[in-house]
Amino acid sequence: MFNKEDIILKTEHIVKQFPASGGRILTACHDISLNVYKGKTLGIVGESGCGKSTFVRMLTQMDVPTSGSITYRDKDMLAFSKRETWLNRQNMQMVFQDPLASFNPRMKIIDILTEPLMNFGRLKKSEKEVKAKELLEMVELPADFMYRYPHNMSGGQRQRVGIARALSLEPEILVCDEATSALDVSIQKSMIELLVRLQREKNISIVFICHDLALIQSFAHQIAVMYLGHIVEVIPGGAVGKEAKHPYTQALLGALFSIHMDPTKKIESIESEAPSPLEVPKGCPFQNRCEYCMEKCKTEKPVLKEIGEGHEVACYHICPE
Amino acid sequence: MMEIKDLTVQYGKAKPTIEHFNLSMKKGEIISVVGESGSGKTTVIRAVLGALPGAGKVTAGTISFHGEPLLTKQKEEWRKIRGTKMSMIFQDCGGTLNPIRKIGQQYVEYIITHSKMSREEAWQKGRQMLEKMRLPDSENIMKSYPHQLSGGMRQRVGIAMAMTFQPELLLADEPTSALDVTTQAQIVRQMMELRDQYETSIIIVTHNLGVAAYMADKLIVMQHGKVVDQGTRDEVMSNPTSEYTKELLRSVPEMEGPRFV
Repeated sequence: MFNKEDIILKTEHIVKQFPASGGRILTACHDISLNVYKGKTLGIVGESGCGKSTFVRMLTQMDVPTSGSITYRDKDMLAFSKRETWLNRQNMQMVFQDPLASFNPRMKIIDILTEPLMNFGRLKKSEKEVKAKELLEMVELPADFMYRYPHNMSGGQRQRVGIARALSLEPEILVCDEATSALDVSIQKSMIELLVRLQREKNISIVFICHDLALIQSFAHQIAVMYLGHIVEVIPGGAVGKEAKHPYTQALLGALFSIHMDPTKKIESIESEAPSPLEVPKGCPFQNRCEYCMEKCKTEKPVLKEIGEGHEVACYHICPE
Repeated sequence: MMEIKDLTVQYGKAKPTIEHFNLSMKKGEIISVVGESGSGKTTVIRAVLGALPGAGKVTAGTISFHGEPLLTKQKEEWRKIRGTKMSMIFQDCGGTLNPIRKIGQQYVEYIITHSKMSREEAWQKGRQMLEKMRLPDSENIMKSYPHQLSGGMRQRVGIAMAMTFQPELLLADEPTSALDVTTQAQIVRQMMELRDQYETSIIIVTHNLGVAAYMADKLIVMQHGKVVDQGTRDEVMSNPTSEYTKELLRSVPEMEGPRFV
């Protein structure tokens, strides 16, 4: 399913560190190497503070990694000049969790939708209405919405506008940071259906951040599970339910509530909380919550090892050396 | 224990937010209210606690608690009920704590207001409750500011505070929605344990159908301020009567559910 030639965005050994109080260093992303394939969805799951947003901020050039490289179609993105960075934004666009916060409340939808195109000089003023209509139709909204303000729309409608704005530049990669988390389940479902349809029509790649494993596995081709700045498992989307191996992925699966679950059964979930990202333990980041923790896990950091097609795990319990 | 009859709530002169809401509740029962945002589910529990915001008003119906009508209560009487007989957990308990005062100070103040304990006793009581919620190192937490704790820990502090006087009724408004999945599972489990231990009745409002179904003895589905489905969990889950509930059940992402790609 994944061919090397289809890689359009490649990240290698990305590290991002932030200075923290007391001269300490917070490592938000630790040695991350992930690839985005043409026309495929990469899902990133993990709990708050695991560095998933920081990672996509670097993908979209809103942050600069401390070390590592990001290559977009054989071009080194980190070596871009200011102007090149600006131009490159046409290839990657982002949809945020809270659309209301990402729109200017005093702009009408028509202006919001066409602003990116106007910015890059790709649209004339006189063409604005036609373009806005076309974009609204793409996300299944009535055309007269273009004269509304964002606050006059529901959350789901606003998120559709967010998607339409991101796609107005016809980017190759769409990055969604928890784009459906604030929506009701029924609307969430229609949003996913919309994204999948647009992906098929336009062959765009999607990077989708989510904390709901059940949701992301329903439409991602590839899922990366993050914990405390580390990728602990990379797995094909459809295989998560049956083949996930890492104890943390298992814990995430165990903590899912399903409407079909047996209510008399106790929920299995790991105790305690993740350590502070300022005090990531030496060795495996998951050691203090893992029931299979061995001596080795406390001293050496496990690295990702391939155990199946497109399936990598970083755990000494699963793949002992 | 509690009975709501034909409740209608209106904000100002607008269309009623909830209409003809009925509910009866036994001791130790858990009722889940689900529905999308704006369906009036939070308004229900706010009405029960007599804490409707702004221009909100109960325009028809009655709420009785142990046979006593609640809607006619005066401010003073409310003060005796809230916090001791009924208490509430919010979506973001951290937000209900004063950010510039330490947890311990606020907790002690809360206990002293509602009982005749001394400061020292209140402090110990607070620590004891925090430990019951499996918060490690309670002394340290009592001496922390809210911002020094993680979201899950703050939520546990909120639940510990709400459970201090072993209320008969606990109203939980989206108590796990802002939490990570593993923390959510822990909190849900602890709330179930509280019910088993103290026979607390719980009304939980949530949009997470999985959580609602897992916890509930009875399930209420709301849409546009009206109850569209109501009954025991099995009744609603296996034989939903309304189209809306069916659609809702279909929309929940499931591990073995349909894949779009």
